[in-house]
Formats: sequence, C-alpha cells, structure tokens
Amino acid sequence: MDDILQVKKLQKYFKTPKGTLRAVDGLTFSIPRGATLGVVGESGCGKSTLGRTVIGLCDATAGQTIFEGKDILHLQGKERKAIRLQMQMIFQDPFSSLNPRMSVSEAIAEGLIVHNLCSSTAELNKRVTELMDTVGLAQRLALSYPHELDGGRRQRIGIARALSLNPSFIVCDEPVSALDVSIQAQILNLMQDLQEERGLTYMFITHNLSVVKHISNEIMVMYLGQMMEKCPSEELFSNTFHPYTKALLSSIPSVDLDNRKERILLNGEISSPIDPKPGCRFAARCPYVENICYQQNPEIREIVSGHYIACHCAEKIQ
Amino acid sequence: MKILDVKDLHVHYLTDEATVKAVNGVSFSLEKGETLGVVGETGAGKTTTALALLQLVPDPPGRIIKGDILFNGLPLLSLKEKEMRKLRGEKIAMIFQDPMTSLNPVLTVGDQITEVIKLHNTELSLASATEKASEMLETVGIEAVRMNEYPHQFSGGMKQRVVIAIALACNPEILIADEPTTALDVTIQAQVLSMMGKLKNERGTSMILITHDLGVVAEICDKVAIMYAGEIVEYGNLRQVFKNPMHPYTKGLFASIPDMNKTVHRLTPIKGLMPDPSCLPFGCSFCARCSIASESCVKNDPEILEIEPGHIVKCAYCKA
Repeated sequence: MDDILQVKKLQKYFKTPKGTLRAVDGLTFSIPRGATLGVVGESGCGKSTLGRTVIGLCDATAGQTIFEGKDILHLQGKERKAIRLQMQMIFQDPFSSLNPRMSVSEAIAEGLIVHNLCSSTAELNKRVTELMDTVGLAQRLALSYPHELDGGRRQRIGIARALSLNPSFIVCDEPVSALDVSIQAQILNLMQDLQEERGLTYMFITHNLSVVKHISNEIMVMYLGQMMEKCPSEELFSNTFHPYTKALLSSIPSVDLDNRKERILLNGEISSPIDPKPGCRFAARCPYVENICYQQNPEIREIVSGHYIACHCAEKIQ
Repeated sequence: MKILDVKDLHVHYLTDEATVKAVNGVSFSLEKGETLGVVGETGAGKTTTALALLQLVPDPPGRIIKGDILFNGLPLLSLKEKEMRKLRGEKIAMIFQDPMTSLNPVLTVGDQITEVIKLHNTELSLASATEKASEMLETVGIEAVRMNEYPHQFSGGMKQRVVIAIALACNPEILIADEPTTALDVTIQAQVLSMMGKLKNERGTSMILITHDLGVVAEICDKVAIMYAGEIVEYGNLRQVFKNPMHPYTKGLFASIPDMNKTVHRLTPIKGLMPDPSCLPFGCSFCARCSIASESCVKNDPEILEIEPGHIVKCAYCKA
C-alpha cells in the first residue's frame, strides 16, 4: 500500500530537573495516502507531542519520520521549508492559536506570503478569497479580527491557514474539542468534504472517542507515550483486546438509555511519564495485571490481521 | 415535595453598549432527592441561571430583573445579603466548573474545607472542624494525610474531589454542579461521576447538574431541561426527552453527536449559530436555525406546551 507517512521508533524525551520525561517512547506506525489515522488517549499521554514531532515542530530524540519516501527529521533550512508546504497543522485552541492583531485575511495570507506563492497582490487576494469560500467564511469577515468571531469561525480560519499552502498531509490536534456539539458537527463535515475533494491525509488527535470513530479509518490508542492498540476504527469498537481500551470505551457516557453498558472503573490516575518503571506502562491501573506485566514491557504484536496490541495477557482476558 | 421552585426568572447583564438578555423567563422545580440536568451550548444561560439561584450574579453588570426563587417555600430574592450568606454553602452549595481555578492556591486543602465548616458552625472548635474536614476528604476518596497539601500538589481529578468535599462539607440540601467533569479525562470523569452518584444517594441531596454533555445527563439525571438562548425549550424526565425529543433544537443536538453504535457517513449539524443574546429575535429564538419554522415563528414567541404529563416543549409545531 502507498504510505504517505511512515514513523519508525520515534522517541521524544524532555529533560526535566526530576529526570527524563518520555513523552513519546518508541512509536512505529504508517498512514496510507488519503486515509485518516485517529490518535486517542488521555491528557498527558503524549498525543500532542507526537503530532508536533511528526511534523517537525519539535526535534525528535531518536527515530525516523519518512514522508513521501524522505527522512524529514534532520532536514535543515531550505529543505525543511520546502517540506512545510506539504505538511500542515490545525491547532487545538482557536482562541489562542491566532494572532489577535491580524485580521482574518492577513492571517490566511501569512503562509502564502512567507512561501512566496503569489506573484502579485491581486493573486494573493484572489487566493485568500477562494480559501475563505472553501472553509465557509463569509467575505464580509475578511477585515474582522479574531476577537470578533466565535469559536467555530475561528477554527475555520485555522483550517484555511492550514490549507493555504495546498498540503497533502495535515496534523489536526484536537480541532473540535473547544467547540459546542452543533458547531463541532459543522467542522467535522467540512474536514471530511475537504478530504474527499483534495485527497488529504489526516492525523487526527483527540480525546473524544465518538469523534474519532466518526472520522478515522484507523485508530491508535496511546498511553504514557506508547501505543497500546492500533486497528481499523470499526474493529476498535466491536472487538477490542487491550484492557485500557476496554476501560476507555466503557467510561464514555452514552446517550442510549436502553443499552447501558457495564462500566469498568479504573483505579488511580495516569502515572508520571518521568523515568517510568520497567514493565507495562498501564500495569498499575490494569484490572488483569499479572507478574510478567511488572517485569517486561510488552512488545507490539499483531493479534488478528491488521490489529496490533501491546499486552501480555490479551488472550486470557478475552 | 418541592425543594426548589423557580418561576419566570429573568437575568440581564446591563452594559454600556447593550443589554445582554442571558436568562429569559426560566421556570422549573426540583423535588427532594432528584437530579435535574440542565443542558445547553455555550452562552445558553446555564451558568447564569445557577449563579442567580445563589444570587452570585456579578452586579454590576448583572441584574435579576424579575422572577421568584422559592427554596422550601422561602423567597430567596427577598432575603438580605446577610441571610443569603448563611444559606450559601450550608443549604445550597455549588461546585464550580474549573477545579484548577476554584481553589485558593495559597491555602492547604484541609484549611479550605475546614473554613466552610467553621463558617457555618461557629460554635464548633477548630480541632473538631478539622477532624470533620478530614472525614470529608476520606469520603471523596482522598487519604486524610493529604490534608496539609496545597492544590498544586493534586491532579485535576483530585482537585475536583476536593471541590466536591468543600461543597458537601455542610451537608447541603441542594448541590449545584456547574460542568463538574468537563475539564477531566473520561476515565477520571467516570470515577468522579460514580462517586457523586453514590454520595447523592447516601445523603439524599437534590442536585442540579449543568453540562453540555448529553451522555453525562443520561448517566446521572432524573429530569432534563434543554436551554437555548436563555430559555428552557424542552423539559421532562430523562426518558421523555431522550426517547421522544420534540423540540427541533433537542432533535438537532442529538443528531449532531457522532453515535458510537451506528456508522453514518456525514453528521447532521444544526445550521447557523446561536443568536446574539444582546439582540434576540422577536419571535422564537430558534427560528433562524429551525428547519420547520414558518412565518408565525418569526413573529410570535411560541407558547409553552405540555404535550404529555411533565413533558414541556416551547415550540408552536409540537402538538401532543
């Protein structure tokens, strides 16, 4: 299959006074062209750091990111600038990710100017107008400033900025978590339309499992910097193997009054990612923990075709 | 028995530029031991309603224009500030939205729980108030040895537990919880919700739960009020509203949520945005976004209809 992005043993460690914080710890995955990979996990599991590292906003400690057949982690200067044309990011908080002193049209034009993509002011204005139409922003808002707009419209600016350079791959870091449900649905539909029109590839980072199910082809569940489970999105909801995923799925409050599922309550909280103990990262909270879980970090293995997990005891739990 | 009865409550924020009509004629009642879920989007007036119940709406610019709030028959709006202050925290307590900012960073959590207990039981000695505070901390699942720690030493879920301990310290009759789990991760949210449910049942506390998450409402509430632009557009018990939503806005809300059990290619969002509360439309406030609105919806404010016992809808096109 034609993979637009391959990530191999990616690590991102931060040095802190207390020790080494392992935000992303040896992740390997790939995303096929035109597909959406959903990345889910609780706060502090390293999903945002993963997004930023993949796209090169922070330097990886070790590992490889191969984009369109080229290892991009160690590119510098011009080469790195060129790769930015193809990889873009939509940020989480539409309230803080926009410059309050730039009007809507200035914000959208910024990338085009930086990369010198328009030869004249007229062409630039035309591109900005097109982009505003694409994301559903009315032309009368061109001279408005971010504080005049609501969250949904601001997130549309964020999407227009990401699209302005015609990228093929977009990292979406919680693009809808700051929005109300009725607006969230509008933005999700817009993102799906754009993907179909332009053949975009998304890496969609979120903590909202129902959103991720809706938009992804494949889902990766992260816990403390490591991958716990990765499988096609339908399968994650019908046939999960990992105890963490099971607990995560059962924790989501459902609006369905008739099929109340039994809730698996996890004890405790996510432990510290600083100098983690050997063994499975989830062991301390796992209801099915065994001795081996405290000694050995489980290898990622393919349990059914296309379904990868990192757990010693998955078969016993089933 | 009605423990709380709110009638035709109007709260406006008077600013230099405009009058923001945050709450426009909200009426509901709460029975003893019952949990009411108040659902709505940002700016629907949920939090303002809650603040008005405790008379904590910042004045200026906020003003309770008219309405009645009866607590066990006692008209709260005619109480003096001193009398109200005795009620707050003791009879009616509130859990605020953001556990990260609702605790005092320079006091230990033990001191903060003790403070509430001391305030409402002046004759109690400091030692016994402190002891009661440590019992409270144990009740919400935090070891009493952490009494002398500061809020920054706790995680988000733990801080929310401390806030809940403060709210429940005086055994209030009504607990108002404003988005108590919005800032928490799902696994922690599940822990906090199940703990709140347990405490509520043990103590027989009535609760008003404000949230935008319909799933949380389904977990914990008995009755639901759907708010839109400062009005309750639909009200009923959980089954009535979730199984048989009548108002177009309620239907739209349910359609906007991606369903975990079904696969749909596209979501059906509610088109448009909520109206600006400083210039609300004359007729039905939802008409601009409604798919079944007619001309009369633009002109006339719809009446409140009771389509089945206890199920109330504010829409001209919903007949029993």
